Amino acid sequence: MMDVQIWQFFLSGLTTGGTYALIALGFSLVYNATGVINFAQGEFVMLGGMITAASMSAWGLPLWLAALMAIAITTLVGLALDRAAIRPARNASIVVLIIITLGASIFMKGLASIIWGPDERSLPAFSGEAPISVLGATITPQSLWVLGATLVTAVAMWIIFEYTIVGKAMRACAINPHAAQLCGIQLSRMVSWSFGLAAAIGAIAGIVLAPITMTQYDVGMMLGLKGFCAAILGGLGNGLGGILGGLILGVLEALGAGLVSSQYKDAIAFIVLIAVLLIRPSGLLGREGVAE
Amino acid sequence: MKEPSTEPQQDVDPTAPNEAERQARRRRAEKVQILLFFAGMALLPLVVTNSYYIHVFTFIGLNLIVATGLNLLMGYAGQVSLGHAAFYGMGAYASGILTAKYGWNAWPAMGGALVLTSAVAWVIGKPTLRLKGHYLAMATLGVGIIATVVMRQWVSMTGGPAGMQTPGITFFGHELESHMDVHYFYFVWAWVGVLMVLFANLVASRPGRGLRALHDSELAAQVLGIDTAAFKVRAFVISAAYASIAGSLYAHSSMRFLSPTPFDFHTSIALLVMVVLGGQGTLWGPVLGAVTVTFIQEALRPWAQYDIVVYGLLLMVLMIFMPGGLSRGLSTLWQWTAGVARRIRGRGRGGEDRE
Repeated sequence: MMDVQIWQFFLSGLTTGGTYALIALGFSLVYNATGVINFAQGEFVMLGGMITAASMSAWGLPLWLAALMAIAITTLVGLALDRAAIRPARNASIVVLIIITLGASIFMKGLASIIWGPDERSLPAFSGEAPISVLGATITPQSLWVLGATLVTAVAMWIIFEYTIVGKAMRACAINPHAAQLCGIQLSRMVSWSFGLAAAIGAIAGIVLAPITMTQYDVGMMLGLKGFCAAILGGLGNGLGGILGGLILGVLEALGAGLVSSQYKDAIAFIVLIAVLLIRPSGLLGREGVAE
Repeated sequence: MKEPSTEPQQDVDPTAPNEAERQARRRRAEKVQILLFFAGMALLPLVVTNSYYIHVFTFIGLNLIVATGLNLLMGYAGQVSLGHAAFYGMGAYASGILTAKYGWNAWPAMGGALVLTSAVAWVIGKPTLRLKGHYLAMATLGVGIIATVVMRQWVSMTGGPAGMQTPGITFFGHELESHMDVHYFYFVWAWVGVLMVLFANLVASRPGRGLRALHDSELAAQVLGIDTAAFKVRAFVISAAYASIAGSLYAHSSMRFLSPTPFDFHTSIALLVMVVLGGQGTLWGPVLGAVTVTFIQEALRPWAQYDIVVYGLLLMVLMIFMPGGLSRGLSTLWQWTAGVARRIRGRGRGGEDRE
């Protein structure tokens, strides 16, 4: 009986973990291109869910169209953030850039509360609510959507970075921005690409998650911070590491909440964060040997 | 005809101040500034009689204590804390719980809170500050969120989101009454004075100069034989101790009430902004920052839901246009306007010439 329960926690943890994984990917993308930790990443997740929900209820759009529109608008927001706030301060110190992204995050949250109000919104499950039984535990079809979206995004990222010119150029910038520029790669365009992609991935995470947890104007900060924990766990800047970190974090959180204490659920990700920093600061798959 | 013996004096002018003398002169100027500033603050309640403003200035004092500690970490040790509100909160709740639940006197409770908070900072700082990079920032972010969750969930001790009542504090046998905001104003600002003087002495001392060297170039500091990691840990622990003292003062403030919200992640951001906006690594930067940020927050309060939009926008705009802080930003702005004015005048003359 206990085993089934743990298996159940594991499966539901994997679902939330899929969202953390996508958010972690967004953090790593921007970090690799700019060295900036973009604390507005969580707001992209909020925007994805909120724009989809709002345009479905306001204009009666079908889900797929609303979702596409949400991804497109969020991507534009990501590009605008880069253009309006990050690029003018490119030479500023890391602290200043961090404060700018935090300011952007607060700004977007505030704007969302004005536009859509303080109420919770939900999306219908994409393909029904009929639970699927997996080895004694049950999983909703929406969980499969989350995991599917994580898998598809991960594969898409891998294809982009491995096989396209843009992806290779972005990798070059991450390894050595000066050398990349000498090869004729325009750094500012690559930074735009990374912000656009990070925003789109965040929106996808927000859309697939919304039917499970509901969404609200202020969900971005906590989701973003947990995705950040996932990115550190996996190794900041490492795409595969971020996905692994997200899934592990989701499972640990579900197990911790289910078996130890549900009250302290929100603290678990950050306890993991501190443990990682104390034991293995480079993360699971991060580059070895953090300089002492 | 010149006397040959006077020749060498042209190379080394004995009247020109050397570095040590310039330092001493700067310290003297600083002492005068501090004296004038606190004399001004002491006279403030004579001019500002509105109890709301006295309350706001008391809060500026509390913020200033935390920001001064954070300034030691950021402006001198070159490290960032993304969770300093947690240490502020730890000081507040430790004081509050020790007095309200265990019946301690407020003064030893303040000491207990100080020890506890410093110990937490040491445990976090010791391993992460050994590493190169901003690992402390990430760890303190974690500490900040965990602290908020504990404050909200440990209901039996903290009262949870509903908050808890706290007792007052006696000063030389005189109980500071909750309705006397002016008493608290003087009490808090006396602490600000002591802690700012302590800070000024600290950064002028040998360890302080070591920290400054560290901020400029860690490698160079190491070459000079400074144990950079140990210095950074000490700076971090002291900065947490400052936050703890401010927290304890908050706990026994005229409100006599604690809740988790004033110590959450948003306060950590606000504290960060105070230090950066005022100008890191200076004595007066945090003063400017604490005054500006506290007033912005108070001014936005009546804007209901628009407050965070404007606040977020202000953070972005100020940091984009004044990454070096307000004082440097204003002087840049001044130079820029002067430059534009000169160009306009120049163009005006150019026009006349062409005619």
